[in-house]
Amino acid sequence: MAEPVLNICNLCKSFGALKATDDVSLDLYPGEIHALIGPNGAGKSTLIHQIAGTLKHNTGSIHFMGRDVSALGVSHRAQLGLGRTFQISSLTPEFSALRNVMLAVQANQGSSFRFWQPVMADASLKDRAMHMLERVGLVDRAPVPSAELSHGERRQLEIAIALALEPKAFLLDEPMAGMGPEGSKRLTGFLDTLRHEAPILLIEHDMDAVFALADRISVLVYGRIIATGTVDDIRRNPQVREAYLGESV
Amino acid sequence: MSSALLIEQVLNGLQFGVMLFLMAAGLTLIFGVMGVINLAHGSLYMVGAFACAAVAAYTGSFWLGLVASLAAAAAAGAIVEVTVIRRLYSRDHLDQVLATFALILIFSEGTRWVFGSFPLYLDIPPVLQGAVSLPGGAQYQLYRLAIIAAGLVVAIGLYLLISRTRLGMRIRAGESDREMIGALGVDIASLNTIVFALGAALAGLAGALVGALQSVQVGMGEPVLILAFVVIVIGGIGSIKGALIGAILVGVVDTMGRFLLPQLLTLFMEPSQAATAGAAIASMLIYIVMAFILAVRPKGLFAVNA
Amino acid sequence: MANREKLINTALALLLPALALAAYGMGEPFYVTLATRIAILALAAAGLNLALGLGGLVSFGHAAFFGIGGYMAGIFATHAFNQTPLFTWPIEIAATDQMPVIWLVSAGVAALVALPIGLISLRTSGVYFIMITLAFAQMIYYFAISWPAYGGEDGLSITMRNGFPGVNTLDPLNYFLIAYGLLLLVLFIFTRIRDSRFGAALQAARQNEVRVASIGIRPLRIRLAAFVISAMITAVAGALFADLNRFVGPSMLSWNMSGELIVLIILGGTGRLFGPVAGAILFVLFEFALGGLTEHWQLFLGLILLGVVLFVRGGLIGLLAGKVHHG
Repeated sequence: MAEPVLNICNLCKSFGALKATDDVSLDLYPGEIHALIGPNGAGKSTLIHQIAGTLKHNTGSIHFMGRDVSALGVSHRAQLGLGRTFQISSLTPEFSALRNVMLAVQANQGSSFRFWQPVMADASLKDRAMHMLERVGLVDRAPVPSAELSHGERRQLEIAIALALEPKAFLLDEPMAGMGPEGSKRLTGFLDTLRHEAPILLIEHDMDAVFALADRISVLVYGRIIATGTVDDIRRNPQVREAYLGESV
Repeated sequence: MSSALLIEQVLNGLQFGVMLFLMAAGLTLIFGVMGVINLAHGSLYMVGAFACAAVAAYTGSFWLGLVASLAAAAAAGAIVEVTVIRRLYSRDHLDQVLATFALILIFSEGTRWVFGSFPLYLDIPPVLQGAVSLPGGAQYQLYRLAIIAAGLVVAIGLYLLISRTRLGMRIRAGESDREMIGALGVDIASLNTIVFALGAALAGLAGALVGALQSVQVGMGEPVLILAFVVIVIGGIGSIKGALIGAILVGVVDTMGRFLLPQLLTLFMEPSQAATAGAAIASMLIYIVMAFILAVRPKGLFAVNA
Repeated sequence: MANREKLINTALALLLPALALAAYGMGEPFYVTLATRIAILALAAAGLNLALGLGGLVSFGHAAFFGIGGYMAGIFATHAFNQTPLFTWPIEIAATDQMPVIWLVSAGVAALVALPIGLISLRTSGVYFIMITLAFAQMIYYFAISWPAYGGEDGLSITMRNGFPGVNTLDPLNYFLIAYGLLLLVLFIFTRIRDSRFGAALQAARQNEVRVASIGIRPLRIRLAAFVISAMITAVAGALFADLNRFVGPSMLSWNMSGELIVLIILGGTGRLFGPVAGAILFVLFEFALGGLTEHWQLFLGLILLGVVLFVRGGLIGLLAGKVHHG
């Protein structure tokens, strides 16, 4: 098997007495969608925060593209190719959808220290950003300030921004949340093709989407991974059924 | 240099630090509970000093003046909280800075209008005049010792207030979660007013105590305010303990720097040059200390939400 | 609405030279000087507007850079007048009384000072940043007071206003035109920076720091660059201000000055291109009109300011032209 793109080893994170992440190990291989599921409060978003670097873990290690990124900051990890979406949309509210994506294209080109040429006249930024908006189906909303977009549209914009970074791995935190059944279906189809650009670590509550997309699933309960396996493994796993689905065995 | 002189300077530093603590404690409480940066805190210091000087001159009693300073500063604080600060809780820091900057203009010019441009003078009360002998043969002003004692009493009082009383419990709750204490049925509006008035009274007390050592004049509050900022930046915003330790550190470092640096530099240069350079460096010393502490701990020594 | 802002900007841009020319024509040099004062304060605030308006960096210490520029003008003028070298070690450097050189040196020195201040204070944010910038400015203020070589507490008089190639700077209208020209140039630079890639990153970091970091841009570097550029512009304004008053003293470095620069921006409209100009016009006119009525004009300025902060958000330009529009 190929080297994992992302490898998390024995990760721990505590907030006071609360163990939010308890000895978590997981990895993400090229071309796969690895879904992370678990009940609310299981520590899924906390884990994403630690991978992205917005939270620092206490012990354990995070390797990305074969490199230990534990000591690196958020922006550094992003530059290495971690493309992340937020559970609660995090955009630059005054900027239009287009400018939000243009900023990501600019970041990806690695050239924010240019002080003179107007960005809006820069075709290399604009065309590329429009292309990303097109891929997520948001072209006709390009000039709208992101604060005025609907909830679902903001989710799409988050993904367009992540796409513009041309990441080596996607970290998607509940991309389907609030999308509606139609939107979820469209997004499921889209993510299915996206895995060939870069592997996806997917946190999602929508089980239809997870079962349709995931190559592997890890189940997180109270900060611990209680099972990792294929869709069928997880479906059959009695521990998962008990802990996660609340069924008694 | 004699050890007596050294002890005297250390005590001066302590006295300065204790005075800074009275300012910084109020600032840090107000920021901790309400999230407001209050530039007008120096004006409350000035209000305390003027109230004390005016009442002491009228009645002939420093002690009545001291009571007046507490009352006047607390009242001014409460009025300011109810009329202005209350509208700023949901605003960003920029609006808070500007509104409280405007308050400084209003307080300063208003005070000048009432009292004129000439400074007032406040005498040390007879009981506290004179000096005491310290071990080692040093003589030290009794009044300054009294300020140190008063400051330490206030520090202990604040500690007990916050750790032992109902009000203190609410203050602590307010610092950790504003919405929560509202949900628990605590009247946040009056809690805010009380905390603000308490902070103001401490500033007024500091102004009154220092008023007997220096002249009482418009604009006396702002240099102290900025030093109090340095104190809470060093100590960590929201931490009373940090304010105390930061204040003592700043007071002692500043005083000792002004005393020792010129003498130290005479080892390397001629006396007149050393005096100049020493004074210049000493005037920047606490800011340099602040820079170093921040470089190591950007949130201060005792950050509340580290 | 965006067009209306352009209209207002044009009107403001024309108002100043109209005032100066009319006053000059009527033989009222005092009003020419008033217009020059407005232009210079607007320039200083335009510098701060880059950090505060675009970057959201509430620097309460920009008087430090304003004063550094002022002292550079004073120091150069003194040495040039006395025909003494600026310094003799390690090499001897002669002073000049040519403004362009002084402006460059002011900007350079301000950049050197702003860099360490920015590095330390930008690691923090919010209230910390406000208090730390204030503290560092106070440090420089006390240094100026306790360092006697250039006047200490008394400040430094400029016997001869510094010169400009081919222009008699003692003529008030000429000096106005120099200040006004520089203001227009800086406002042009401001628009270029605002609309550039750097400007996009800077404004985005103000709106959402975590977002900017998570696409791989380091907010600290962007902000540091903005802080330094901002300091350089304000320093040039300081040099002009000292030459206008033919005096520089510690008051240019004081916390009041830092506060006033912020006030100018808020009165005019935070982050708006002509906000500093509108703010400087309002401020100087308040000062002039109220100052004529009562010696306690600062009390009323305080009340007006309080009213603006509490009830008129967005400043004059926000009031007249509505919200900011981004492409």
